[in-house]
Amino acid sequence: MERKTPLYETHLKYGAKMFDFGGFIMPVQYKAGIKAEHMAVRQACGLFDVSHYGEVIISGPKALEAINMLLTNDYTSLKVGSARYGMLCNDKGGIKDDMITFRLAEDKYMITVNSETQITDVEWMKSHSFGAEVTDISAEVGSVSLQGPLAEKVIGKVTDAEGIPAKYYTFKQNSDIKGIKCMISRTGYTGEKGFEIYTSADEIANLWEIIMEAGKEEGILPIGLGAKDTLRLEAGMPLYGNDLNEEINPLEADLGFAVKLNKPDFIGKKAMEEKGAPYKRVGFTVKGRGIVREDEDLYVGDEKVGFTTSGTYCAYLKQPLAMGYVRKEYTAPGTVLEADVRGRRVEIEVAQLPFYKRAD
Amino acid sequence: MNHPSELKYTTSHEWIKEENGIVTVGITDFAQDSLGDIVFVNLPEEGDDVEVGESFADVESVKAVSDIFSPVTGKVAEVNEELADAPEKINEDPYAAWLIKVSDVTAYEELLSAEEYEKACEEE
Repeated sequence: MERKTPLYETHLKYGAKMFDFGGFIMPVQYKAGIKAEHMAVRQACGLFDVSHYGEVIISGPKALEAINMLLTNDYTSLKVGSARYGMLCNDKGGIKDDMITFRLAEDKYMITVNSETQITDVEWMKSHSFGAEVTDISAEVGSVSLQGPLAEKVIGKVTDAEGIPAKYYTFKQNSDIKGIKCMISRTGYTGEKGFEIYTSADEIANLWEIIMEAGKEEGILPIGLGAKDTLRLEAGMPLYGNDLNEEINPLEADLGFAVKLNKPDFIGKKAMEEKGAPYKRVGFTVKGRGIVREDEDLYVGDEKVGFTTSGTYCAYLKQPLAMGYVRKEYTAPGTVLEADVRGRRVEIEVAQLPFYKRAD
Repeated sequence: MNHPSELKYTTSHEWIKEENGIVTVGITDFAQDSLGDIVFVNLPEEGDDVEVGESFADVESVKAVSDIFSPVTGKVAEVNEELADAPEKINEDPYAAWLIKVSDVTAYEELLSAEEYEKACEEE
């Protein structure tokens, strides 16, 4: 099945090259190309279609209890108007998905999930609902992400100050962008400051045009999934499906900050405590020539000690970067390993994540 | 898309130009456009043998790595060293940014005219 987001026609209008991404026809890049789009987000701002993400509402008197059982983080202290990152795990502690949970009201949460996992996530949540109501509203929602150092200036032109969330990982539910009702969160996936804006699927194409028009002077560009991938890699963020999957637990993924093992229980807790992290996710810079991409084996001499899960050239740092998993004893920054790239050995070095951190 | 009529083409998106027994090989405008931003080129060395249909180089874009296939059998007479530091020149002008020059040519792949090549691209 090929699914289109409500911005499909908009992408064609802006000259996107389209490709199949987990069942959705999405833009890989627009006319400017991946490098220029990447630089626009680091130095000005860019607009992304994120309507392929799914949105799930968890509601009712048992909502908090259910979320605390389903997800790895602890949502007890999460206030209405705030958001928190976490993961959905299987019984073995493997990651089914990673997601942001927004507390909309006392007994109502919205979870944004990845597009490829939306259907299996919803099935899992419904069969492990712990007495809460689970509603998939993905088809009714359209969303865009506005990211970059000038994102705040651009959004300030189209909405009132009260409609703009002030702090990272907070949101405003009743914002108004030139007459379009929307929810604005201060979240993103690029390492820059920015916003994600949710509205109805019917309104999202109008909202896109309003923001593109408002950002003209700032040099806003539409950003495809190509640059989205290089931006998040440069910022050291894992991508579900590449760097995270059902065989890997959150401790191995080095996402322990979002795992609260002191909670009484949650799905996968026991299994991940028992397994621990024999392998760990790390970043790599490439010392040899060329690019080290995903699914390359990593060696010390003849011994295989890990594998890569992401890797490409990143335009801001102007170098090839990669991410992957190595055995615990090889995780120290500065450790030199060899990647087997199509039969050729290429030296890579374990690096501190994130590769890129913005100045302010 | 720009495919000059004085050049010959292959279905695997290389162009060739023959002058005084030397064959110059590059990749086409269609190829650079579908690859996107090119960030690395791995080229052979002078004196290496190349063979029809065999990979002699690879080109890495942000999106993917692609093998470049030789349209001729012969010896590498010259390599465009400039591309090592400036691979983006292939995106800027794929017909000026040649990859290799081949001498002692003994065999050719079946080559297409610009018109035939454009037809082949449309079918992709």
